[in-house]
Formats: sequence, C-alpha cells, structure tokens
Amino acid sequence: MILFGVIAALTLGASAAALSLRNLVHCALALAVALSGLAALYLKLGAQFVGFAQILIYVGAVAILIVFAILLTRGSEPDGENSPKTHSGASPPQGERGSIAEVPALSKPDPQLQQPSWPKWLSGFGVAGLVFAVLVTVICKSPALTAAVGPAPEAPVRQIGEELMTRYVLPLEVLGLLLTAALIGAVVLAMRDSESEQLPK
Amino acid sequence: MTPLQAYLVVAALLFAVGFAGAVTRRNAIIVLIGIELMLNAANLNFIAFWRFMPRSQELTGIVFVLFSIGIAAAEAAVGLALIISIYRHRRTTNLEEIDTMKE
Repeated sequence: MILFGVIAALTLGASAAALSLRNLVHCALALAVALSGLAALYLKLGAQFVGFAQILIYVGAVAILIVFAILLTRGSEPDGENSPKTHSGASPPQGERGSIAEVPALSKPDPQLQQPSWPKWLSGFGVAGLVFAVLVTVICKSPALTAAVGPAPEAPVRQIGEELMTRYVLPLEVLGLLLTAALIGAVVLAMRDSESEQLPK
Repeated sequence: MTPLQAYLVVAALLFAVGFAGAVTRRNAIIVLIGIELMLNAANLNFIAFWRFMPRSQELTGIVFVLFSIGIAAAEAAVGLALIISIYRHRRTTNLEEIDTMKE
C-alpha cells in the first residue's frame, strides 16, 4: 500500500507538472515520468504485458514523438509561456491577433495573448473539479466496488497471444489497418506542405 | 477504502488533471498531452477492474487496454502531424490563433 501511494503520488505529480510547466521540453519529460508511473501501476496490478507495452509504446514512442513535435515547432514558443505574469484579462482585438499570426518573422506574439483569462481558468478547473467530485462520490458509494478481493488473476503472455490470435483476431486486424492508415495519414499531412512549397521553384 | 477504490480514485484524479490541462492550456501540444493522460486514466480503470473483479481469468480488460494503447498511438501520430502542418502554415501552435474555421 505504501508503494502504491508513492507511485500514485509520483504519477499524479508528474502529470500535473506536464500540464502546468512553462517550458515545453520539461512538459514532455514530466509526461514521460507520468507514463512510467502508470506502467509501474500496471505492473503492480499484475498486468506485466500491458505494463511493458506501455513503456515501449508511450515512453518509447509517443513521448519521443511529442519531443520531436515540440522541437519542430520551437519558434512558436512564446515569451508569455516562460514568464508567468498577473492575469490582466484584457486581450487585443481579433484582427490584430490574426495579423500577428500571418507574419512568419513575428514568431513572438504579445505576451498578454498567452495569459489565460480568469473565466477560462475558473470554468476549466471548475468542470474538472466537478467531474472528479462526481466520480469520487460514485466510487465511494457504489456497493459493487467493496466486494472481497479475489486471488490475483494470471495473464501469461502466451495466453494473451492465443486470445489475440483466436477470439480477438478481427479487432487486431482492424487495429492493424487503422495504424497503417494513421501512418500514411501522418506522412501525407506532414509532407504535403513542403511539396507544394517546392513546386513553384 | 478497498484497493480497487484507491486505484479508481487515482484514475479519476488523473482524468481531472488531464481535463483541466486540456481545457485551460493554449498550446496545442499540451492539449494533446492532456488528452493522452485522460486516455491513460481510462486504461488504468480497465486494468484495475480486471484485477479486482471476479471471473477475471478472462483477459478482456487486458486485451481492451492493448487495443486502446494502439489507437492512442495512432491518434498521437496524426495529431502531432496536424500540429506540425498547422505550424508550417500559421507559424504558431497557439489554439487561440488557429481560428480560421471560426470566421
């Protein structure tokens, strides 16, 4: 139970850091820590295969992908994200914002633009707190969740593989198709622009 | 509080954190990170229910989480490609400035 508390605190702290830090690279690193903590929780629950798949896919692939995206969009990192200021709430008119965005050289917009206004913060955190309160109320009141804990179930990799190849073979093929489509789609989305830019030359 | 409830509360808190981040931050990449965290909270629920529910010899929970992880990876790839493509056009990843479809 102590180990669970430590892992849970690490995961939640890292996830909160991933969403609140100003430096985007720090955000990505905190995300990797949070995903590793989740993998540790999976291992603690006895789901070894899922835990290692989580490390392989999320920490190994998704976190690296996010780091690449952050570095490729480096120029847009505004000053306002690095220097928390008082929330003035006043935002410049819409037209001014658009003109700033269309000038490629002006990659540092007005820092005031980056400061979320108070209503947005309040509504975002309010709804999140409301969702959490409802979920915790339901979790604490539900009688089905206080049932006696049975023995830890076994999930050997051989059995998972057999299930995937027999009972779940159709979803597996559909997932393979989806991943292929996503791969092609990602390449097309990221490539199209540079081709059209090169054609006039 | 039973262990199952503890795991569910952690997942609920993770979901709330991810939601708050996805709604309040303005950088598209951070919003994507928040969405990933919400997906992971759901995965944690699946694994916790699989571990603590009776008749858990069936591997439904584990297989569902594996598919969910695969779909989340596809979503992250397409989402980040979209963000990079938008960045090429608009030189920004600030969601407040990407409002062409609103006008």
